Amino acid sequence: MTTTEFGYNSKIEGDVVFSQLDAALAWFRENSLWPMPMGLACCAIELMASGASRFDIARFGSEVMRFSPRQSDVMIVAGTVTYKMAGAVKRIYDQMAEPKWVIAMGACASTGGMYRSYAVLQGVDTIIPVDVYIAGCPPRPEALLDGLMKLQKKVSRQPVVRDLMITSALRKAPKAPGGVVIGQESAVTHA
Amino acid sequence: MPTSLEFANRLREKFGEALSAPTEFRGEVTLTVMDPARISEVCQEAKEACGFDLLVDLTGVDNYGEEPRWTVVYELYGLDHRCHLRLKTSVGEAVSELPTVCRVWRGAIWHEREAYDMLGIRFQGHPDLRRILMWEGYPYFPLRKDFPLAGKPSEVPDVAFTKPAPLEGGPFVTVAGGIDSIVREPRVRTLEGQD
Amino acid sequence: MATVKDIQFLDSAARPGVAAGTLTESSFGAGGDAESADQVVGEKMVLNMGPSHPSTHGVLRVVLELDGETITRADPDIGFLHRGDEKIAENMTYNQFVPYTDRLDYLAPLANNVAYAMAVEKLMGLELPLRGQYIRTICCELARVSAHLLGLGAFAMDVGALTVFMHTFTEREKVYNLAERLTGARFTTSYTRVGGQTRDLPLGWLDGVRKFCDEVLVTIEEADQLLTRNRIWMDRTRSVGVISGVDALDFGLTGPNLRASGVNYDVRKATPYLLYDQLDFEVPVGSVGDCYDRYLVRMEEMRQSVRLLRQCADRIPGGGENAHQEPINVADGKVFLPPKEKVLTRMEELIHQFMLVTQGVNAPAGEVYFGAENPKGELGFYIQSRGGGTPYRLKIRAPSFCNLSILAHCLPGHMISDVTAILGSFDFVMGECDR
Repeated sequence: MTTTEFGYNSKIEGDVVFSQLDAALAWFRENSLWPMPMGLACCAIELMASGASRFDIARFGSEVMRFSPRQSDVMIVAGTVTYKMAGAVKRIYDQMAEPKWVIAMGACASTGGMYRSYAVLQGVDTIIPVDVYIAGCPPRPEALLDGLMKLQKKVSRQPVVRDLMITSALRKAPKAPGGVVIGQESAVTHA
Repeated sequence: MPTSLEFANRLREKFGEALSAPTEFRGEVTLTVMDPARISEVCQEAKEACGFDLLVDLTGVDNYGEEPRWTVVYELYGLDHRCHLRLKTSVGEAVSELPTVCRVWRGAIWHEREAYDMLGIRFQGHPDLRRILMWEGYPYFPLRKDFPLAGKPSEVPDVAFTKPAPLEGGPFVTVAGGIDSIVREPRVRTLEGQD
Repeated sequence: MATVKDIQFLDSAARPGVAAGTLTESSFGAGGDAESADQVVGEKMVLNMGPSHPSTHGVLRVVLELDGETITRADPDIGFLHRGDEKIAENMTYNQFVPYTDRLDYLAPLANNVAYAMAVEKLMGLELPLRGQYIRTICCELARVSAHLLGLGAFAMDVGALTVFMHTFTEREKVYNLAERLTGARFTTSYTRVGGQTRDLPLGWLDGVRKFCDEVLVTIEEADQLLTRNRIWMDRTRSVGVISGVDALDFGLTGPNLRASGVNYDVRKATPYLLYDQLDFEVPVGSVGDCYDRYLVRMEEMRQSVRLLRQCADRIPGGGENAHQEPINVADGKVFLPPKEKVLTRMEELIHQFMLVTQGVNAPAGEVYFGAENPKGELGFYIQSRGGGTPYRLKIRAPSFCNLSILAHCLPGHMISDVTAILGSFDFVMGECDR
């Protein structure tokens, strides 16, 4: 394990906390995951409901639903992805800045759901890497919040600083014969 | 208050043998237009003389295995007299073309685009006949009976693939409808086109 | 309906002229130079709105050709949620298709279920017992309130009034609670079957409906106070997206969009189904056909729906508890699943259950069309059956499909910022439009 919980030294009055940098950075990341709602179909309504006052996703740090991919952290694919829409989903995923995660909300986004037809992509994980799958048709807002919490746990395990160090080491590394360098992207992919 | 049957008979009087005798089922009147080339005239008359000012629906049906293969169904409604009327016309696969009714009701523009997209029926005189639900360049017509539900592989712009959906002989493993529907719809059950 | 005579508004015909005029005047000083104005105003820009856009209510793409801020051409591109429902229907029995109907207009799934079940029952020639019809009417009207609440909330949110969205969503949660008690699911209820409903009303459900009616009226009043006489709201929605009644009818619009343009067509009044001919309600009709009228029509429809709900709750045979076991489903074992205790003990019911589950309802050959007044408009099912348990062709006449067809005609002449107001006022659902 690369991260540990915070160590709070109660003997020191005030605001001194000892921790690993990784733990702190992961804590910042996991508690401010701004979703980009890729709300396509019925699951989008449950996504909106979880953003409304009864279930309030803002409690979990997802304060704003940023519709701009550049400003968001996690893309919640909510709804059926059709082949026609797949290109747009992929393009928007590519525009998101690292670090980024994907939640596939609902049966349609996870596996195509009950639409086994000529026009439906059987699972959004065929085009983008998914971190958390949430089952349900549509999943209750509580299920979405549970999925978000699982994603937060996953984020908390991610070795932030180590990845950054590896990345910068790779940048300085000489090119292997054949001229192919291991891309920085693969080093920063999700653990 | 005139009834749908009266309107059907009125149209029949005007067009004579180009229209069949009206049939009734569950309180609805259906008129078949025997000559598909005259469909837009009949619709024009229905709108202007008989007051059917709302085109409720325009559907294409694939009579696979029968000739003529395509049937196009026009569901009409008139606000003043509150009557529904259904007009049907059939056209063979070799021709696959019908005059458009866009000039009568502009709502038909999108309906006819959908009939073209799903079945491949063309409409003469349509201002903008292109695909509406599937993407431009999709090579098949999905609602045809010989097109499998799982789909066939094709190119998609930006994503560059489509794969047939995993139906496992299905849909949904058990066969819906029993013996009758297999006999009726053999093509959707077979695995032709899939690996 | 409020009328305001003191606010100046421009009709859509005058807008482009004013826009072009201000450009020439302000950019080039007084007495603008027409020649240089042309050089600047020459190029048109193509702007792609959607399919992933916060205000397009789902996956709609509109390709706009702009001359400055004014739209000269608009081309809606739909089909991003086309899931192949109609082809799926050809492979499923009538009852198996019910979950797919939920997901058509996914804001009002109960209404879709009822419309589909009634279409199949029309094909079969069945009539439900009275209590079943009351239950269905209550479901339809609850769905109408729920859909309008979200439609108005989303419309207000797009125009900028976020508070209304939060309030209406809280009320929708109450509808979800009721739906969950009744059907087991918050939405995507799959409640009806051919020949009836899956279960009767739970105890205390009607009291919950009455309580909801009281509470939702309060919220409607709050939304009314926040929006109807709000200067900003009126400026953004009055005389924006004006659709004449003739145009609306020509393009096949139905529902609140058509009624806001002055055409009094409501399926519940024109060709009544269920119990609408015995119930007391009014149909609001607008006059101008702009976004403001569409908003007002929906507000008033919600109040009328509450009125209908109260009447149904008072008049339903059997009341809230159904102590006398009034039937809610068609009693024919060949159509509706027999009660389980008989299935497990008697031969005939066992055979009926087996046939219904494996082969489906045996529908006669023929074709029917049934249209119901859904919150978005007239949702119609055209079913062509050639006998057996599955339809030969099922066409879903989606109100949103027809409503959106007028966009290419309605948007040009407006500014870009009006597009969100117009789209919001149309209140369409792509699940239904693309099927």
